[in-house]
Amino acid sequence: MLSIKDVSAGYGKSLAVHDVSLEVKKGEVVVLLGANGAGKSTILRTISGAIKPAKGQIFFDGQQITGKKPHEIVQRGVIHVQEGRGILSRMTVRENLEMGAFLRSDSEGINCDLERVFKKFPRLQERLGQSAGTLSGGEQQMLAIGRGIMANPKLLILDEPSLGLSPAFVEFIFESIREFREKDHYTILLVEQNANQALEVADRGYVLQTGRLVMEGTGQDLLCNVDLQQAYLGGGCTT
Amino acid sequence: MFIQQLINGLMLGSTYSLVAIGYALIFGVLGLLHFAHGEVLMVGAFMGLYIILWTGLPLYIALPLTMVVTGILGMIIQFLAIRPLKKNFHLAPLLSTIGVTIILQNLAVKIFGGYGTRFPDTIAMDNIMLGPYMVSSVKLIIMGISLLLMVIFYLIIKKTKLGKAMRALAESHLTAGFLGVNVERTVFLTFGIASALAGAAGVMIGVSYSAISPFIGLTFALKGLVVMLLGGMGNVVGAMIGGLILGVAEVLSITLLPTEVNLQDIFSFGIMIIILIFKPTGLFGSKQN
Repeated sequence: MLSIKDVSAGYGKSLAVHDVSLEVKKGEVVVLLGANGAGKSTILRTISGAIKPAKGQIFFDGQQITGKKPHEIVQRGVIHVQEGRGILSRMTVRENLEMGAFLRSDSEGINCDLERVFKKFPRLQERLGQSAGTLSGGEQQMLAIGRGIMANPKLLILDEPSLGLSPAFVEFIFESIREFREKDHYTILLVEQNANQALEVADRGYVLQTGRLVMEGTGQDLLCNVDLQQAYLGGGCTT
Repeated sequence: MFIQQLINGLMLGSTYSLVAIGYALIFGVLGLLHFAHGEVLMVGAFMGLYIILWTGLPLYIALPLTMVVTGILGMIIQFLAIRPLKKNFHLAPLLSTIGVTIILQNLAVKIFGGYGTRFPDTIAMDNIMLGPYMVSSVKLIIMGISLLLMVIFYLIIKKTKLGKAMRALAESHLTAGFLGVNVERTVFLTFGIASALAGAAGVMIGVSYSAISPFIGLTFALKGLVVMLLGGMGNVVGAMIGGLILGVAEVLSITLLPTEVNLQDIFSFGIMIIILIFKPTGLFGSKQN
């Protein structure tokens, strides 16, 4: 569904990622791991058009999307839920959700997805008229993901959804991702610092180190990989 | 007497509001002071004048026509003088729009002459009795149109997709893009709407002052700036209310302290400095940029 071929990208002249190739197949949850500054967000932003790659190509659904503008990429169904949530804090919760469906005009489908969001995150329904800036961090993350759902994504990109949340919320977010995979059959590209939890919900994973891919494999493989665990995951194999 | 002055003040203030909305809108969406905004108003005043002079069209047709022309002018300014600039040089757009200011002003002097031009009496000058108060119908009409334009603008911002896109842009260009907003096009249209409102203000100022010159732009640019500071940088609703407050305050200052000197401007810019010192976020809160 999404395939990235030999992409190098960065801000200005300094490249943050070098020759990265990766793939996300339909229905998969793929996680991209790496330390701070490894270039994970740069890859995501390059996919969604906020950064033009210096080199390489990006394909989505068989079509070349390299160098397209963010709104053109959204149009194709690639929805990027930003790190730090990207909530429109001066707009209401309802308006934020409506903005998620900005490019859609199928009002029936939109209403259907709104119901779906409420079912997943009932807290949002209670706070519809509130301005989004008044929500707690965890609620804002729900709103950010809910807004992504409102776009009816073909590929949902989640950049550090558990960042800065309390352990209970982190658990809840991973539970939601598991549900997206098993019940809703979403295709998800996930970036996470919480490597062990992320690998448990993921089909496959890639590990990025200072801008280069150093390892890839299934979630279980990576979870059980001794080098990886020692290098920085600090957890252990559960099987 | 007081009511009469109040209405005069609201009329003057509603034109200030129209100018300031444009400033606030552009500042809100781009974080940029559009210095040439006053010149767009000046062009609007002349456009309105000549459409009425040459074609004899009534005000209610000349006004929207002018708004279309100045709207397009605003988009051209954005396209030629702002869009191509490098994003990392923050002074560039300010300097560039100052350049546009000087170009438009000199073109206007060349075309229309440096002296004031009279606006024809397009609206019957009957005065209306509102209870015991005599009010000029021109002023009532100007106030009515300005308020109507503000209501329409407010509805656009609140209810339409374009309005929501602009509000999203005002918070974050990156987020807006990730939601599917066409950033470049929305910025372009933002200039169009802001400039259409400035053009409307220009026509209204022409009609109420009954004389215009190529140099009125700067005065109103600065007044619009004062109003935006008063209402809060980038806050469009603040700009609407701020304009009315400044208009009323100016007119009252003239009535209460009649002197030979032009106290009106001393008063407004005094307010500006006081606001900058004591309440830099304005009366209604400003967009953090």
